[in-house]
Amino acid sequence: MKSERSNDNGAITEDVVRYVAKLSRLSFSDEDVAKYKKQIGEILGYITQLNEVDTADTQPTSHVLPSMKNVFREDLVKTSLSPDKALSNAPDKQGDFFRVPRVI
Amino acid sequence: MDTLTSSGIKGFREWIKKANKSIGDFTGIFVDRAKDMDREIKGFIEIDKKSIVSRAEQNKCQTDGRLWGIPIGIKDNICIEGELTTCASRILQGFRPPYNATVIEKLTSNGAVLFARANMDEFAFGSSCETSCYGPTKNPHDLSRIPGGSSGGSVAIVASGQVAAALGSDTGGSIRQPASMCGVVGLKPTYGRVSRYGLIAFASSLDQIGPITRNVTDSAEMLEIIAGYDEKDSTSVNIEVPKYVNALKKDINGMTIGVPKEYFIDGIEKDVLENIQAAIKTLKSMGAKIVDVSLPHTKYAVSCYYIIAPAEASSNLARYDGVHYGYRSKNAADLVEMYTASRTEGFGQESKRRILLGTYSLSSGYYDAYYLKAQKVRTKISDDFKKVFSVCDCVVTPTSPTTAFKIGERMDDPLQMYLSDIFTISANMAGIPAISVPCGKDKKGLPVGIQFMAKPFAEETLFNVAYAFEQGV
Amino acid sequence: MSYRDKYETVIGLEVHVQLNTKTKVFCGCSNLFGAGPNTQVCPVCLGMPGVLPVLNKQALALSIKIALALGCDIQKNMKFDRKNYYYPDLPKNYQISQYDMPLAFKGCIDIELEDGSAKRIGVTRAHMEEDAGKLMHDTGGVYSLVDLNRTGTPLLEIVSEPDIRTPQEAHSYLTVLKQIIKYLGASDCNMEEGSLRCDANISVRLRGEKKLGTKVEIKNMNSFKAVKDALTHEEDRQMDLLEDGEKIMMETRLWDDKKGVTASMRAKEESHDYRYFPEPDLVPFEISHDLMEDIRLSLPELPDKKFERFMNVYKLDKKDIEVIILEREVADFYEDVVKGFNDAQNVANWVKGEVMMHMNERGVDIAGLKLAPADLASLVKMAKEGALSYLVAKEVLRECIDTGKKPESIVAEKGLRQVSDQGEIEKIVDQVIAANPKSVEDLKAGKENAISFLVGQVMKMSKGKANPRMANEILRSKLVG
Ligand SMILES: [Mg+2]
Ligand SMILES: [Zn+2]
Repeated sequence: MKSERSNDNGAITEDVVRYVAKLSRLSFSDEDVAKYKKQIGEILGYITQLNEVDTADTQPTSHVLPSMKNVFREDLVKTSLSPDKALSNAPDKQGDFFRVPRVI
Repeated sequence: MDTLTSSGIKGFREWIKKANKSIGDFTGIFVDRAKDMDREIKGFIEIDKKSIVSRAEQNKCQTDGRLWGIPIGIKDNICIEGELTTCASRILQGFRPPYNATVIEKLTSNGAVLFARANMDEFAFGSSCETSCYGPTKNPHDLSRIPGGSSGGSVAIVASGQVAAALGSDTGGSIRQPASMCGVVGLKPTYGRVSRYGLIAFASSLDQIGPITRNVTDSAEMLEIIAGYDEKDSTSVNIEVPKYVNALKKDINGMTIGVPKEYFIDGIEKDVLENIQAAIKTLKSMGAKIVDVSLPHTKYAVSCYYIIAPAEASSNLARYDGVHYGYRSKNAADLVEMYTASRTEGFGQESKRRILLGTYSLSSGYYDAYYLKAQKVRTKISDDFKKVFSVCDCVVTPTSPTTAFKIGERMDDPLQMYLSDIFTISANMAGIPAISVPCGKDKKGLPVGIQFMAKPFAEETLFNVAYAFEQGV
Repeated sequence: MSYRDKYETVIGLEVHVQLNTKTKVFCGCSNLFGAGPNTQVCPVCLGMPGVLPVLNKQALALSIKIALALGCDIQKNMKFDRKNYYYPDLPKNYQISQYDMPLAFKGCIDIELEDGSAKRIGVTRAHMEEDAGKLMHDTGGVYSLVDLNRTGTPLLEIVSEPDIRTPQEAHSYLTVLKQIIKYLGASDCNMEEGSLRCDANISVRLRGEKKLGTKVEIKNMNSFKAVKDALTHEEDRQMDLLEDGEKIMMETRLWDDKKGVTASMRAKEESHDYRYFPEPDLVPFEISHDLMEDIRLSLPELPDKKFERFMNVYKLDKKDIEVIILEREVADFYEDVVKGFNDAQNVANWVKGEVMMHMNERGVDIAGLKLAPADLASLVKMAKEGALSYLVAKEVLRECIDTGKKPESIVAEKGLRQVSDQGEIEKIVDQVIAANPKSVEDLKAGKENAISFLVGQVMKMSKGKANPRMANEILRSKLVG
């Protein structure tokens, strides 16, 4: 799979665009797939510059400030929304349930 | 009335005092005035007079509230209970949050009048305010040009004086770059300084809400109001909020200001470069010590950003699926079809592009090569700043390599568009505060912005240097 | 020797337990089971735009408790990750979970095999995550309905090593795991209500083979018995396939409890590509040595230690101990009763007999009986010392539980105290002799079974209160001499 998906200059195939689209719950015409393949390929091509950076001894940053840790809340009950409010934005509902097309 | 246009919070405050009208009455006047002024600029998606006025009338804040009666524009990605909040996207069509963002609670308790729905790039994905599903906002200085983005609407309504100030959000420059292009002051606070609760997420590890104002004084005052620890946001930092207005001093004698060579590269417009160089001379003449510094990983910031931000966004935007709120496509027989049709019809092109890019870089087999790599380079970018801030108080750079470009000019060239954030992205990567302040105009009469960056929680340094610079010019 | 003996089964279990907190893991909504649909939801657990999670401190504390009780190492630097997939019971379309830095790893559970020997099953890891909501599919097949009350309930997922070799071992593993977690008070572990859920991975291979066979995931088992049944069925199915020279398909199969079979879940159209990445909305957690030690010190005595102590202190039979310590609350109750009346075996008999019978009869736990240990102690004492007959004592216990009255007052009110007064019993014996000449003759003639009839008559006349041993002695002395 890996070798099909990308090559060293970051370009990706149309199949990869389709695969990623499916993972993202998006669908595209063949024309769009070709366009996104080109545009994303260009961006990924640019991004390959990161390979120049030696990060062998570098820790990744997922939180930018070291002081950020151990944040909790106490186990105290807060008022929930009423079902009316909870469902007020729902595109479809039945009673106090959200309703969706059947899951198959 | 038109002293209002240029004098920010102070101007509105004085006008309100003199007018001797009820809050409902003068708010109505401000709304009508904004509607009139916004006809061509389209900084607002819509202005709901009834709602703005009734909210103002119902606010229990006393007249001594710091922002009592002052109209503040709110970007369409900051939740106001019961108001349409859509991130300028069809997928959030009709969404009225049953909760307030923490910054909204803070503004309201200080008496501010909320002018909701400032236009933006869809989900803040953009640098030109052109990706809004409601159409572009125009630069008040030249209606054929973009105002910058993504907080283009917030910036345009402040630059045209429709409101006293506005809130925007900044993930890679979305406050500073448009502020620079429209000639106003835009601040991205330190990550964690302002609560993100109620800010519709783009990239959670980069997003910050910040003020867009006519001047540095207003910026300090706004930050003082919206900053602070919030128990609803695990990433907000529990450090006391200083009295930022006290930092507004003209004296920068002895301050060390670094000039990073990586920000003075090919591709900067000549006029922009000249303005910034002149500004640096001014700073020097005011007693600042100017030193050359290096931030060697600057050139990788855009690459890092276009891995990390879309990856986080692809996950943050997964919730828009037509089940609990927002747009649902009618063209679907089963659930997967409903998801796919709703998202395909609901998101605009740029959103789709970023979702694809982000999903790709997180997908199996690619995480290490993209996301993890970018997070490591992110560490290097932060380390660069740490080193520099051990020898200087702040650094100075252009905010954007160019002044405002023409509407439509870069829409089909995403990479070129992404590179317009080249000078602003690093501050988000490192979580440090940065401010853009007007710095003259180019030969076309378009505003240029100058950016100052400082170490985490050193907003006072920024206000000091920005204020001195503003007063000195 | 059956062809099955050629094969070896390899099983690993993934158990999700819902933690007993008051509120959900990342928001303040109540965590109570059974409320009306979408009544325990807020913007955070609804996954509305712009909201943020904040970790419930108690959920972490309970998770650490369980992990320590399972002998796990605790991750010093813990983080949360997002697991991305689309499903309507998951409003954000990602689950906050833990990927490469789980809370705990390298623990174990000791089980007892059928031959009485002990076996250690490894626990690979335990990680915290949020539960999903509930879907109902019953509106004519056109729609599904979504209730998000359960969304955000704190879960600890406990993953075993593939050390389990038989369905019975799987059953024992679950039984011990449940017992430990219930001892900690960390979860109800009620499979019917879904507070404990179990998925299994099972494969078979030829004995002696090093490589694992193709594994099949089994879901939809709603009791420990179902787990055992499903694994038994699946093990047979796989062995039969291999025996027929066929291949096992890597797949997920659902257990059908009514039909007693596993059936293939329609093969998923896409591979699992969960795109895990660190949750940027939650900060990392540094679990300090002090916090860990505080929690370790707060751990109750666990079942294995309790078993040993009961052996040493109370000198009870192994089977009796197992019954009594199955639930920590019953064990505590037992010990409190013994404090009131120091006769370990006698109290054990009462607890595993009468007391548990009342629990079953009433469908309540020990607390639900509202029986004070001191009351049971005095009842057992009265029976032991002959103040109450055993039969009467049982009746007093029932009334004691029914009414909440003290046993002493029930005995006093009803005059149930056993009569051990020589004179009083003699009076009754004389009446019985006078009224039953035939039996008296029989006894005198050496028919020994007449004595039990006559004692029975004494008991009847005394309404059960006469001391039967004394009645027997007096009858003999009067009639046999
Ligand atoms: Mg799980
Ligand atoms: Zn909730």
